[in-house]
Amino acid sequence: MNDTNNSTNVAVLADDAPVNLEAEFEASNVKEVLDKLDRELIGLKPVKTRIREIAALLLVDRLRKQFALTSETPTLHMNFTGNPGTGKTTVAMRMAEILHRLGYVREGHLVSVTRDDLVGQYIGHTAPKTKEVIKKAMGGVLFIDEAYYLYKPENERDYGAESIEILLQVMENNRDDLVVILAGYKDRMDKFFHSNPGMRSRVAHHIDFPDYSAEELLHIAKLMLAAQNYRFSADAEKAFFDYITLRMKLEHFANARSVRNALDRARLRQANRLFANASKSLSKTDLMTIEAEDILASRVFIEGKLDSEAASTQ
Amino acid sequence: MMTNQGNRVTQGQFSFLPDLTDAQITAQVKYALSKGWAVSVEYTDDPHPRNTYWEMFGNPMFDLKDPAGILLEINNCRKTFPNHYIRVGAFSAVRGVESVTMSYIVNRPKKEPGFGLIRQETDGRTMRYTIHSYATDKPEGERY
Repeated sequence: MNDTNNSTNVAVLADDAPVNLEAEFEASNVKEVLDKLDRELIGLKPVKTRIREIAALLLVDRLRKQFALTSETPTLHMNFTGNPGTGKTTVAMRMAEILHRLGYVREGHLVSVTRDDLVGQYIGHTAPKTKEVIKKAMGGVLFIDEAYYLYKPENERDYGAESIEILLQVMENNRDDLVVILAGYKDRMDKFFHSNPGMRSRVAHHIDFPDYSAEELLHIAKLMLAAQNYRFSADAEKAFFDYITLRMKLEHFANARSVRNALDRARLRQANRLFANASKSLSKTDLMTIEAEDILASRVFIEGKLDSEAASTQ
Repeated sequence: MMTNQGNRVTQGQFSFLPDLTDAQITAQVKYALSKGWAVSVEYTDDPHPRNTYWEMFGNPMFDLKDPAGILLEINNCRKTFPNHYIRVGAFSAVRGVESVTMSYIVNRPKKEPGFGLIRQETDGRTMRYTIHSYATDKPEGERY
């Protein structure tokens, strides 16, 4: 009951009363989240700029409310496009937290779904399924990964369209209750929006995730290793930079995801190397350090081929 | 003697209070969700107090975080059955409890005709008593 009464009980400030944006910013704790975003997400300039803009808008909106300057709640449905491994899901996760801190969503949880969770298998199955997911996401963020799969124009009996219809309705009518974030590869999402113009107009923010540069990827690799209590030796760092440069030119390059896979393989080789010299007693540093040889053993260096490719032909 | 003014059916929680507002319902649902109970919406047009099993309006809602989804379902049910009794139940799956822990009426017919007392004379001068809802004289679906 208190929730509804709050807005009427708050005293309206006089027209010339000063308000402090800085204080409001501090109070919302959003600075902490934004700093964390800066620290843990490398690169992604346009993404960070947009998140800052949204945060600023919501803060200013709060101040405006103190003067009873009402404006409609802004639509925050978003569309993340970008190549694989550019951090779409990670940012969506952060988004839920940021919006929660700013008081835009009530609970701040993220419900991550794909086509399977929304579209049913027979007539009459789709609507309840989609609605159930939407109800679960209320008060938080609904993240639809690979959203373009929802619409399959080649099959006119596909139930995806029904799901989209329900989503559109909720995105319009329950704007206060949930934020929908769509994600997918750029070209396919463009096609998806092209065939669903209603969706395009209801999604206010289209954010494109750029590919990472080799330096950024190296930085990401170091963060990933640090999170798992590993680290590069000085030589290994150089070797890994060369590895990334080479790997970027090969096909199926998936940015941060490729880096993670490469690191996983390096850890395997490191373990194997330690095992091979088992006679020697090991120190903590040995267990933590990934040496250049762990990385240089990759097929990318030796044959200019992908590691996984080599494995499958064996 | 009329102890229950207006013949309002009193069963479940809060039934002696004025009807709950949507904000109050939201607060109650929020409490149930915070306990991890599964909330469901049920309806009936048979007000007899021993009518325990009401029709379910959709499935019970598991894993919800926010009451907005349940309020949406309550309003859907109100739209479909504006003149039925609608109640919200919260089911606790905790081992050893495994039953409905909250139940309250969120919608009732505009006019509740109440109950009549029926006396049945049996062996000797023994009297048996039962109650009968005037509403159930009419077939299901036409009662209110």
